[in-house]
Amino acid sequence: MDQFPASQMILGGIFLLCVVTTVAGALIAALTARIIRSVCGLAICCIGLAGLYYFLHSPFLALMEILIYVGAVCVTIVFAVMLAEPDEPVRDENFGSTLVWGGLALLVSAAIFWGLWRLGAHQDWTAPTTRLSDGSISAIGKSLLTTYSMAFELISLALLVAIVGALAIARTGRTKDIVQVVGQASRLSGGRPALGLDAGETPGPAGETPAPLPAQLGTKS
Amino acid sequence: MTPLPINDRPEMYLTVAALLLAIGIYGLLRRRTLIGMLISGELIFSAASLNFMAFNRFKAPDPTVGQVFVLFIMGLAAAEIAIALSIIIAVYRNYRSVKTRELSELNG
Repeated sequence: MDQFPASQMILGGIFLLCVVTTVAGALIAALTARIIRSVCGLAICCIGLAGLYYFLHSPFLALMEILIYVGAVCVTIVFAVMLAEPDEPVRDENFGSTLVWGGLALLVSAAIFWGLWRLGAHQDWTAPTTRLSDGSISAIGKSLLTTYSMAFELISLALLVAIVGALAIARTGRTKDIVQVVGQASRLSGGRPALGLDAGETPGPAGETPAPLPAQLGTKS
Repeated sequence: MTPLPINDRPEMYLTVAALLLAIGIYGLLRRRTLIGMLISGELIFSAASLNFMAFNRFKAPDPTVGQVFVLFIMGLAAAEIAIALSIIIAVYRNYRSVKTRELSELNG
């Protein structure tokens, strides 16, 4: 380290870059009006956070942060953005109350930041004298399968229940619409099933010329 | 005694975590769509994870504990995102909107 005195400066520069990336991404995520930019801000914030995890001596969690947050969570939110239209609406109330409520929210968050910063920065954080393990990936794997095996199994169960529950919730209200639309289409086309879609649910003989399906399947009739 | 390098000071990480929490709470208070509030909630999750990792690095005698905890936070956050987004999609099918002001059917 003493042979290259500039290496510490380079390290500090990369660390500051990670901090700036995290904070800027969080600001983009919280302040922009269009939701898709907000999702991109969340991705930038998570990349910076992965760099901070790397500086905290855990490259495994840095990798997991990029894999789970940037690769899974942001992409899932982008899918929901495509299915809904979640852009921020134009504020309809008058300017004064917007200013008051915005100032109140800013005050609350600034007070929380000030309190936490004061609590964290003015303490004397003494390092522990003994280390029980080195915190490497093999140590994490051993503790996951010995000490925390119960929580490990429980979180797999929670993920399974979440997947099944998400499928069940997102599916309701959809099949009925399709059956209604198909029923209307078969009624319009004189009892013939539409396009052979759901042939078991629409009565009547198999049509020789399939009727065109209505354009919007998802809209409520 | 030379001062610690900037990436070995715990207060740097704690300050960034406090800033993330403050930004997340501000977004949670100011957003008017469900997906925007969800993203702000993710920022709060990240703040908690960063706090855990900082204390794990600088205070804990066993450095695996915080890493395992943050791994569980990530898993639960992924499950929460899946459930919340499916609820948002179901709400959008029923109301044709995810703006929080218009979801007022129970408002007497």
